[in-house]
Amino acid sequence: MSESDNDSSIVKDFLIESYENLDRLDRELVGLEKNPEDRDALASVFRTIHTIKGTCGFLGFNKLEAVAHVGENLLTRLRDRQLTLTPEITTALLNMVDAVRQMLGEIEKDGKEGERDDSVLIATLTRLQQVPAAAAAVPQAANEVAEPLPPNIGDILQQTAGVTVAEIRLATEKQREGDPRRLGEILVEHGAIRPADVVDALRIQQSNRVAAAPASDSTIRVDVGLLDKVMNLVGELVLARNQVLQFANRMKDTGFLAASQRLNLITTELQAGVMKTRMQPIGNIWSQFPRTVRDVALGCGKEVRIEMEGKETELDKTIIEAIKDPLTHLVRNSVDHGIELPEVRVKAGKDRVGRLILRAFHEGGQVIIEIGDDGAGLNVERIRKKAVERAVITAEQATRMSEREIFNLIFLPGFSTAEKVSNVSGRGVGMDVVKTNVEKIGGTVDVQSTMGQGTTVRVRIPLTLAIIPALIVTCSGERYAIPQVNLLELVRLKAEEVGKGIELVHGAPVYRLRGRLLPLVYLNRELSLTADAKLSAESNGAVNIVVLQADERQFGLVVDQINDTEEIVVKPLRKQLKTVKIFAGSSIMGDGRVALILDVLGVAQHAGVVAETRDQAVADKAPEEAVATDADKQTFLLFAGPGGSRMAIPLSSLARLEEFPVAKVEMSGSQWVTQYRGNILPLIRLDVVLARSSERLALETPPRPDAGPIQVLVLNHEGRTFGLVVERILDIVEDRAEVRSAANRPAVLYDVIIGNRVTELLDIPAILRIADVSALRSSPVASIAEVAN
Amino acid sequence: MAHTSQFCTFYLDKLLFGVELKGVQEVIRSLEMTKVPLAPAVVSGLINLRGQIVTAVDLRRRLELEPSPPGALPMNVVVRSDDGSVSLLVDEIGDVVEVEETTFEPPPETLRGSVRNMILGVHKLNGRLMHVLDIEKACQMVDVAEAAAAGR
Repeated sequence: MSESDNDSSIVKDFLIESYENLDRLDRELVGLEKNPEDRDALASVFRTIHTIKGTCGFLGFNKLEAVAHVGENLLTRLRDRQLTLTPEITTALLNMVDAVRQMLGEIEKDGKEGERDDSVLIATLTRLQQVPAAAAAVPQAANEVAEPLPPNIGDILQQTAGVTVAEIRLATEKQREGDPRRLGEILVEHGAIRPADVVDALRIQQSNRVAAAPASDSTIRVDVGLLDKVMNLVGELVLARNQVLQFANRMKDTGFLAASQRLNLITTELQAGVMKTRMQPIGNIWSQFPRTVRDVALGCGKEVRIEMEGKETELDKTIIEAIKDPLTHLVRNSVDHGIELPEVRVKAGKDRVGRLILRAFHEGGQVIIEIGDDGAGLNVERIRKKAVERAVITAEQATRMSEREIFNLIFLPGFSTAEKVSNVSGRGVGMDVVKTNVEKIGGTVDVQSTMGQGTTVRVRIPLTLAIIPALIVTCSGERYAIPQVNLLELVRLKAEEVGKGIELVHGAPVYRLRGRLLPLVYLNRELSLTADAKLSAESNGAVNIVVLQADERQFGLVVDQINDTEEIVVKPLRKQLKTVKIFAGSSIMGDGRVALILDVLGVAQHAGVVAETRDQAVADKAPEEAVATDADKQTFLLFAGPGGSRMAIPLSSLARLEEFPVAKVEMSGSQWVTQYRGNILPLIRLDVVLARSSERLALETPPRPDAGPIQVLVLNHEGRTFGLVVERILDIVEDRAEVRSAANRPAVLYDVIIGNRVTELLDIPAILRIADVSALRSSPVASIAEVAN
Repeated sequence: MAHTSQFCTFYLDKLLFGVELKGVQEVIRSLEMTKVPLAPAVVSGLINLRGQIVTAVDLRRRLELEPSPPGALPMNVVVRSDDGSVSLLVDEIGDVVEVEETTFEPPPETLRGSVRNMILGVHKLNGRLMHVLDIEKACQMVDVAEAAAAGR
């Protein structure tokens, strides 16, 4: 080729187009396998391969052409109904697509095809071409040379470059005589046309053939780097706009106000427009999943049908890229581990063909992607066992974890429930990487599963990362931004309402929001700030509550002042400040000052609203426990006893932690009991046990029906199972508990220092004795217990 | 001719410090600062440096010096660290000095504690000593007491 820069730009166009074509081929081939009679699809596959072959022959990529050529021949047989599509043929064709893709990669890198040996692939493709003897109809030689797809390059050259019919005939003659070159090349050699004419003609030919492809005239390709830059500039513009708006409101100049309002509108629209340029439908990454599913399913002998809902759901490009690998992994996982073998499915009364459902939709400013299968589901007990075996959690932790928490263990590093590691899962990304990657972009992963019915993994991700709407609040003189996503509603209590509006549950403030108790979190306390005395005086003791949603829990955040909602540009915090989990980032406000963005989940965890903190702490601690070989250390369950006193028992004596609604508590004489796993579980009330014997009788009353659920420690002692009713579970800690002093109450073994605080270590046998003595008077449960003793 | 290098100098509690000039992005007057609750105490806050959010480190605290007197307006020496720009808060800015390698000496053995990590040595200037600060170390936002407390 003579014109080298022209050439390189052709190669670039060729690469981009070919990549797109290859992606389409993947999809079409898989579609074709399901429906081999689809002539249109077959014709389209054929055209695509033909185009690639044609162009690379012209550009001199001989190896590539050779591979594409045998593939094309095979497709010719299929098109002419001399062969029918079998999975073997599909696999071979897909392998060809992969080979072509790899070669394109090489070309992109260094302009050469690379040192590949495709003889095996070519041999396979050639072998598959062998038409079974009965159906054989000898293909015409002409069919091989001049493709019957009109308009061919000769026709186009006649029209555009003024080549005569005679010249073309001469050239085709030559080809028939065995000249391996393409028509265009021969014509160029003869001086009939210029190379540029051939390029133009090829373009026309291509655009004719790919007429079905999206209107290429109305779209342009833009460098992503440029888009990112524009996006950043728009971010800055949003900041500047915010500043101008604040000035405008202060200046009270109508002209300026009007101008700034126009600026406001235009900025908003520009922002939306730029954001849109970066949006891509999730279908773009889903489109490769049919191929993935097919390959994996074939590899492990399964039959899987993939269904997609909400392909058009749009996401920011960076997010699309970030979730591509995690989603692929989840899809592979579902097919490999989730869906059972056909025989197993039939035996279980299910359809032979497994169903894999991909679903994407918007919900509350977030995008939810679900990957569901109708397979075997997760086995809770197996995960529990595995987790204990692998020392991910201790046996004690395992017993008190809910099903959902157990499921989510599969996201911990080094955790695979696969019986054996297959070549599909267990290579590359694991579930922990899925979780980390999703969390990196501010998303969450959750897994739900029903034994025998299937598993659904739910990925929740933000729409975009750069600009978010947020509520600005003030606390102790500083402003904080709360992402609108987490915001449910705002409540303002006037000073006279505060007294009866905010109640205390054993010291923990709550607010009755439409009949339900909403735990309150004071932002200044969480941030260890001092309350702004001046401000609270100004607000006359009124209380502002921001009702927030964190991971399915709601809580009220009490702030000094609620300012306004604003679009903010999120700037990440420095690595070293990221340890402060309570902040998600920072942003520059209209007045040029920096404000911190609250991480609502982080606040909730910090305040203990979300149980995950505890589990997190446990999970964090687990490896440490494994390392700490100090035999002196013991693990204690810390809880609050009657009157909020801090108490502990060794974790080893604990069977489970339970929470019962008061309605489940029944009376057996004066003894509280509940039905628990098919048995009657006596509930020993710590407040009764610890009371002076003279006062016990007065305390032995049924629970108040309006009381909240009771927290129960289920304990095993010398073969007896009983429940100990406590106020509140605090934590699980590991400590030496060295410093001891004699106890001052009968049921307490001694006072120890755990976690730098004095804690009463309970004497379980003593509690049982006291409880039995007091229960003996009337309770039949106690007498059963006596027998057991 | 011996090797020379340029240092941006500043004062902290009457001591003269210097950081290599090529690591300094800019020096600016006191800016409004946003506090970061719950962050390590050496983090004074965040400042808005023309649209870029930069963490300010209380260098006095980092170097275990007396806290600055109330009402003092510290200057920002913005330096480039591995993890982006960081502003070091100092009392007062000095000159840019050019020093020869020969005037350099490592810190004396009697300089102990965490501060020793951050001070590479001193240059013997006319009439005074310039402490050479390790920018990367100075930008680390943990103070010793807190690191110990965090490990509880």
